[in-house]
Amino acid sequence: MSSASTAGPQNLVDTVGMSYLESTPRKLVTVYLPLAVFLFVLLFPFYWMGITAFKPNNELLSREGNPFWIHAPTLAHVKKLLFDTSYPEWMWNTVVVSVVSTFASLAASVFAAYAIERLRFSGAKHVGLGIFLAYLVPPSILFIPLAAVVFELGLFDTRWALILTYPTFLIPFCTWLLMGYFRSIPFELEECALIDGASRWQILTKIILPLAVPGLISAGIFAFTLSWNEFIYALTFVSSSEVKTIPVGVVTELVEGDVYHWGSLMAGALFGSLPVAFIYSFFVEYYVSGMTGSVKE
Amino acid sequence: MRANGKSTMLEKLQNSRNALGLIFMLPAAVLLLVFLTYPLGLGTWLGFTDAKVGRSGVWIGLENYEFLWNDSVTRLALFNTLFYTAVASIVKFFLGLWLAILLNRNLRFKTFFRAVILLPYIVPTALSAIAFWWLYDAQFSVISWVLTRLGLIDRYIDFLGEPWNARFSTIAANVWRGVPFVAITLLAGLQTISPSYYEASAIDGASPWQQFRHVTLPLLTPIIAVVMTFSVLFTFTDFQLIYVITRGGPLNATHLMATLSFQRAISGGALGEGAAISIAMVPFLLAAIMFSYFGLQRRAWQQGGSDK
Repeated sequence: MSSASTAGPQNLVDTVGMSYLESTPRKLVTVYLPLAVFLFVLLFPFYWMGITAFKPNNELLSREGNPFWIHAPTLAHVKKLLFDTSYPEWMWNTVVVSVVSTFASLAASVFAAYAIERLRFSGAKHVGLGIFLAYLVPPSILFIPLAAVVFELGLFDTRWALILTYPTFLIPFCTWLLMGYFRSIPFELEECALIDGASRWQILTKIILPLAVPGLISAGIFAFTLSWNEFIYALTFVSSSEVKTIPVGVVTELVEGDVYHWGSLMAGALFGSLPVAFIYSFFVEYYVSGMTGSVKE
Repeated sequence: MRANGKSTMLEKLQNSRNALGLIFMLPAAVLLLVFLTYPLGLGTWLGFTDAKVGRSGVWIGLENYEFLWNDSVTRLALFNTLFYTAVASIVKFFLGLWLAILLNRNLRFKTFFRAVILLPYIVPTALSAIAFWWLYDAQFSVISWVLTRLGLIDRYIDFLGEPWNARFSTIAANVWRGVPFVAITLLAGLQTISPSYYEASAIDGASPWQQFRHVTLPLLTPIIAVVMTFSVLFTFTDFQLIYVITRGGPLNATHLMATLSFQRAISGGALGEGAAISIAMVPFLLAAIMFSYFGLQRRAWQQGGSDK
């Protein structure tokens, strides 16, 4: 037996597929080193955002010295951002638009998904397919005619323009995701409730929704980040500074001519990214399941 | 009598299902019809008109498309879009697959890695694009700084000032943003593959490459098809990155169909022409969706299920 285990290369080849038998140095080179490079590249822009936001201008615009560190940190850029620009207003707009459109879309999607998946009205299958196709319509082919619609409805340059158009990508996504969750809830539960005399409304609110809470959180988190990050509609449908959202405000208003205020630009980018990153950090699992679920279905 | 009563009750149930279904569908349906279906139709119509901002146009047939076909900027934008989509998608696929395989190993802090890696995907693209814009700055780019210090270059790279540099720089930013999505979704696919396949193939003497080629890849193909369809779809219609980093410059070298349609329709006011550019993207998207559809079908068929 001992001779077999020391049989050398032959034996090694046989077991190389079992990762737990791999030697540590080998794993260091084949797994941890590439992973570290990936991690570095994926996270470096955020580090750069953070460090630029607190770096004084003379350090930013100098090729001497170590650019990876701040020698004399400053809050000047943040101060400029908060007091000399409409940044706080943009932040507020982004919050209002994201929260309202997320909840509205979630509510509409719960009903739609329940109707398609559980009421099975005639034509439900086709409606489900239609929802999936709607999910595939990218905003960048829709924004021109949508701008015309928004204008006709007199919504141009208002928050309503965004609150009402964001559901065009939120509802298909949330409905599609919730359909998957509702499908996993056993029919028997509903049948029992029906026999006990529950109405459809009671079944929805007392049985289905409590069981679908993880799905609701996934859909909600995902919808919130999608609307927080939305750019092209907000860029097209809004033109006054006081109605802009953060991504649009930072891109269109913090850039003045040829002089780039990199410090405040990066501070704006950083604070605009932090809320989603913060929420995401609490709901990573829900977010991932939402993302993979929407693709896998 | 009894049978009769039963059938009317069934009918009632059926009726109430339909009625209730209609009521439940109403909010979503109204929003989608007004803000999605109608604009899609309107966009198609606008593409055949000479509409300008503030002036509804008249039907001019295929004139917009004829003009665009002979317009060198549009042709360049089409080339750019195809190039951007092809290169970025291929790179995203290989890096994403590699990252997914790395993350699928027995690692310490696996959940932490997975969470952190998704960050580029969840933060607002417009904002991370600004960070890239700063990283690509012609005078103060930290990338150039490092390369000069390493002695690899002696002049700062003009990342965004030269057409091919600008193309590859924007592609790099797109890959940075897209790799996490591909990696995490493929990782979810990898985790559904039973370890017993690997054990069995190891016993049969398969090398790691053979295991990858004959176990991992075939079992992963359906999800790869879907993920890549989404990736292609979103890369092809990309707008934010280009708009923020280059605005289509230099010399229209990075203009994509989406940014060009924005420039023509919103900045330039030529709604009809812009709409025609958008509509011209649809055939490509349909091709991607068909690809996804057959990918999904194959998945159902492989798992022994019937087609949905």
